[in-house]
Amino acid sequence: MSKPSALEEKLDHLQHHFIDSDQQFEASKMGMWVFLVTEILFFGGLFVAYIAYRAWYPDLYLLASTELDTFWGAVNTAVLIGSSLTVAMAIRSAQLNQIKGLIINLYITIGLACVFMVIKYFEYAHKFEKGILPGSYYSYEGIAHEKANIFFSIYYMMTGLHGVHVLVGIGLMIWLVIKAKKKVFHSGYYTPVEITGLYWHLVDIIWIFLFPLLYLID
Amino acid sequence: MATNEATTSIKKLQVKRFKPDENPEKHYLNEETGIWAWMTTVDHKKIGLMYLASITFFFFIGGMLALLIRTELLTPAQSFIDADVYNQVFTLHGAIMIFFFLIPSVPAVLGNFVLPLQLGAKDVAFPRLNLASYYIYVIGALFTIFAIFTGGVDTGWTFYTPYSATTTGNVMAMTFGVFVLGFSSILTGLNFIVTIHKMRSPGLTWNKLPLNLWGLYATSLIQILATPVLAITLLLLTMERALGIGIFDPNLGGDPVLYQHFFWFYSHPAVYIMIVPGFGIISEVISTFSRKVIFGYWAIALSSLAIAFIGFLVWGHHMFTAGQSSLANMVFSFLTFLVGIPTGIKIFNWLATMYKGSIDLKTPMLYAMVFLFLFTIGGFTGIMLGALSVDVHLHDTYYVVAHFHYVMMGGMVMAFLAGLHYWWPKMFGKMYSEFWGRISCGIIFVGFNMTFLPQFVMGAQGMPRRYFNYIDQFQPFHQFSTVGAYVMGIGFFIMAGYLFHSLRKGKRSGSNPWGSRALEWQTSSPVPLHNFEHTPVIINGPYDYHKPMSEFQLGIATSHNGHDHHGGDHTDVSKTEKEQA
Repeated sequence: MSKPSALEEKLDHLQHHFIDSDQQFEASKMGMWVFLVTEILFFGGLFVAYIAYRAWYPDLYLLASTELDTFWGAVNTAVLIGSSLTVAMAIRSAQLNQIKGLIINLYITIGLACVFMVIKYFEYAHKFEKGILPGSYYSYEGIAHEKANIFFSIYYMMTGLHGVHVLVGIGLMIWLVIKAKKKVFHSGYYTPVEITGLYWHLVDIIWIFLFPLLYLID
Repeated sequence: MATNEATTSIKKLQVKRFKPDENPEKHYLNEETGIWAWMTTVDHKKIGLMYLASITFFFFIGGMLALLIRTELLTPAQSFIDADVYNQVFTLHGAIMIFFFLIPSVPAVLGNFVLPLQLGAKDVAFPRLNLASYYIYVIGALFTIFAIFTGGVDTGWTFYTPYSATTTGNVMAMTFGVFVLGFSSILTGLNFIVTIHKMRSPGLTWNKLPLNLWGLYATSLIQILATPVLAITLLLLTMERALGIGIFDPNLGGDPVLYQHFFWFYSHPAVYIMIVPGFGIISEVISTFSRKVIFGYWAIALSSLAIAFIGFLVWGHHMFTAGQSSLANMVFSFLTFLVGIPTGIKIFNWLATMYKGSIDLKTPMLYAMVFLFLFTIGGFTGIMLGALSVDVHLHDTYYVVAHFHYVMMGGMVMAFLAGLHYWWPKMFGKMYSEFWGRISCGIIFVGFNMTFLPQFVMGAQGMPRRYFNYIDQFQPFHQFSTVGAYVMGIGFFIMAGYLFHSLRKGKRSGSNPWGSRALEWQTSSPVPLHNFEHTPVIINGPYDYHKPMSEFQLGIATSHNGHDHHGGDHTDVSKTEKEQA
């Protein structure tokens, strides 16, 4: 990762309390990493709930996961991995001062994130039709297990929270596009692109864990 | 030390002495005034003071609730409030004191104010995030106040399921408020970790870091690692009430003990959020007022981290009687004893620091002594509660109540007051009345012991906590305890009086009234807007009292903290850092 050089570039982005661009860049990046740690622990609680109930009722998970659509889950996995690639390319474009490439790559990433959400919407809608609703609204009869509602509570909490993170990511990248169009970013300053990219990779990785844990059990 | 050759630049950097301006006309309190400037400030010092005002408000509310509880307990039957109100009052007392006072007390108030000063930085790494975390705190507080006025909460501050999933009170608003509050705590911790890593002055290596910062660093680690788990727990609890997701509610097939695991996985480390930063303050105060190098610097620094680490492995000791497997009980009991080791290391190092020091019993030092006395009692009774056989007898009795008040109030609140009195002159440039400071410290000490010592006895005899009624044999203890609470209340009102007087009419304090060697005292009081007019250069440890003051006031002679938009001075600064390290 090439560091932005403070000596040759314009310095309007440098905040008053930092000594130079390097310090500001490293601080921001470290801040994002620390934030990602908190995100992992945030999701970690749900993973623990998942593990606890799976250890108690392994047959429940085998039965209930057949209701999830593996094909569309796999498509969504591919979509998110693709978007991780494009966000990495966006960072690369910013480092090379290619603002046009940066904007295009951000647009593709936003597009892929929207595709993910649309597929997720159809998955949810399909389940709602069947009566697989979260919590006490659960009314589906097709799973012969008394705790089926709990599996789907965990499913909706995990994928729902992940979906919220995808939406936040979309918002952040729209903000980046606006900034990029105003020519804020250049090879000496692309910190927001870099740290949004980090965030987006985390969203991606969480899905990569969710997909096999929920869809690919048998 | 005089000059540092810069290898890449032609310019030579001069390191020279900067004596603090003893009578600054402009400082952070008067450079920008008006309510709007305060509300939108990103200055860490002002944000610290805003937190101070907020937590003082909550401490007052929580304290008044405590007096209500104690007054009600004067008689075995109903004295003046009924049982339902009583349940709400003790829940609010606990929730307010823990989430709105103790957790933000040292990190968000004193940490915010002091941390960049001790690093020689102009601000924390993310000043806007810092302001945001203050407003997140306010939003969380508003939700809680909303909960109080829309049904109240009577679950106890732990919100145990299944009761919290079924009670008629407004648990949702309350837990959501605490959920929001958690983010304030996380963001503060994040800010501090990055600031300590990236914003240290030239020469300020990890082995010269003030112990207060080691304490804050360990605290921040706990904040970022534990608080998200609380957030998800409370989110699940909120969803439990909103949608009935059934993970914790046995009526829907869930498991209430799982909730307790989730809750204590955060809340036990949170106990250390409430005490570890206090350790940092005590280290500063004891060294300063003993005029002696701190004994066992690394032992104190690393034991903070050790406590933070072990603190994550002991949550099960809150559930010895909740149907955990006996193997789990044994393991958690054993791990709980381990916490005593780093804590003991600290206590002995502080005592060794005082040994043969020239001790000056100013108010901050008095509070530090009170801390040592009370916290040691709290710690030892904690070890006893960690023992399985004893805990089965004492679980959920007043013994536990007394124990955690000795740790939280006798420990953290006393440490907070030590820190507040210690840094007060730095905050406002004014002194308070030393005489009244000592008097109120004495009254609080006496009142505290009157309140909580009898509770150990009551608890050992079987008085359960959170009960509205009790059998007659406990009445003398309860009455003694209540009188003690009033005495303590008087002590706090005296403190409010002399501190307020100090703000209005206090004598000017000068930049360094305690003769401390620490970096934050080498700038004017009150602090200039950007903390230092130079880039501080550190060559000595913060407790090197055997070295002359002049060696602690060095800095690089560039304006604006080494900022230079037209030249290349910043390169030299980083070079200096490497040379000094």
